[in-house]
Amino acid sequence: MKDEKLAIVTFLCNWCSYEGADKAGNARLNCPSNIRIIRVMCSGRIEPQFVIQAFIDGASGVLILGCHPGDCHYKKGNYKAIRRISLLKKMLRQFGIEQDRVRLDWVSASEGERFAKVANEMAETIEQLGPLPELKILN
Amino acid sequence: MPKPKVAFYWCASCGGCEEAIVDLNEDILKVVELVDIVFWPCAMDFKYDDVRKMKDNEITVAFINGAIRTDEQEEMANLLRKKAQIVVAFGSCSHLGGIPGLANFWDRETIFESSYGKGCPSVDNPDGIVPQTVSKVPEGELTLPAFHNTVKSLDQVIDVDYYIPGCAPPPYLTMKAIVAILSGELPEKGAILAPEKTLCDECSLNDSKPEKISIKEIKRISEVISDPEKCFLAEGVICMGPVTRSGCSEEGDGKCISANMPCRGCFGPPPEVKDVGGKMISALASIVGLEGEENMSEEDVEKLINQIVDPAGYFYRFSLPTSLLRRKRMSNPAKEDRYNG
Repeated sequence: MKDEKLAIVTFLCNWCSYEGADKAGNARLNCPSNIRIIRVMCSGRIEPQFVIQAFIDGASGVLILGCHPGDCHYKKGNYKAIRRISLLKKMLRQFGIEQDRVRLDWVSASEGERFAKVANEMAETIEQLGPLPELKILN
Repeated sequence: MPKPKVAFYWCASCGGCEEAIVDLNEDILKVVELVDIVFWPCAMDFKYDDVRKMKDNEITVAFINGAIRTDEQEEMANLLRKKAQIVVAFGSCSHLGGIPGLANFWDRETIFESSYGKGCPSVDNPDGIVPQTVSKVPEGELTLPAFHNTVKSLDQVIDVDYYIPGCAPPPYLTMKAIVAILSGELPEKGAILAPEKTLCDECSLNDSKPEKISIKEIKRISEVISDPEKCFLAEGVICMGPVTRSGCSEEGDGKCISANMPCRGCFGPPPEVKDVGGKMISALASIVGLEGEENMSEEDVEKLINQIVDPAGYFYRFSLPTSLLRRKRMSNPAKEDRYNG
């Protein structure tokens, strides 16, 4: 399958975005088939190590969705996510990994359509970028 | 009974690890009494052939420092692996890749260009000559070891039994390791012969740390007169203590910390940390701009983050080749600025 090469690891927060994805499913909205959903308690739980590991394991993109700022179930988890992902993206650029391969965005529990929109946009971005540049350890 | 044989060798390193052996001071006399040093190119006159002539496993322990970046180093590492019963990766470079490992942000071509090409203002090289593995001269053929594209840690090239971290390793850890090996009280294979806690855990500045650290501004150590009694992170200076193994000084306090410098991470990560850079981003982003985070716009965050000029270079200063990502992916077409771009 062509999509296999362009897997997008998608972290969804338990309280908003996972519900949002569920809504999108219930409403039978078109979503890309290459997103691989992992449910976490909060976008603030996403360690940059997870994102790096996803790339090492063959993901072409990583999408992180959480509650809108101000709506975090744990009050401030998503603010931390903003700063972490922002610094991570800057660092990944130094490794030759395009910034657009990582996206942090917000989807609330009622925003099924927004989930579908963001996921489709991300899939399109990754489609354009193609697979992650190969790690070449040459002598 | 013949004395156990010990070898020391250096690969891509600065010589500081050799210095660290000499820093055993009087203790080195005890070591010399107990063992025969059969190979130590930096300090004594031995030839590679002397090692080649030895029987397999004849050397009891070989301490190898430095990263692997040339064919010669790789060949010697393999040779010593064959001849030694125990191989110890000695110092940050052989343990993690070290400072030479930062070359993994480039490749051979770009390094040669900046060292021998037009990229280097102090080199006059109109013919663009770069080192060749073989060059023909009237007298015959001259050879040089090949220069690798990617710098590797020792265990990415050969099987390593133990690690002694540090840039350079503190003498007390070296002595402890030598005593353990000679007395046969060996830890589990693959052990890092240093404590497992983080530096912050043992830091004497811990008491000065406020309950909640919130940094508004990131400062470089050269821009501040830092208070020797205060936690660096609380002052806005990036200190790698949260993601670095302790043990750099016998007294428990960090060596750099007690010299009023922030930790740079030469001891590498403690066991729980999978990737130094990833973990450091977690730690740092949690305290940068913590106060008033709910009122921060995207631009504010970007401004704050942009104060960290070179995150990858700072976080992986000693460990790029052994990080999860290992090196820069060079096939990326967007490379107008190779380092920060």
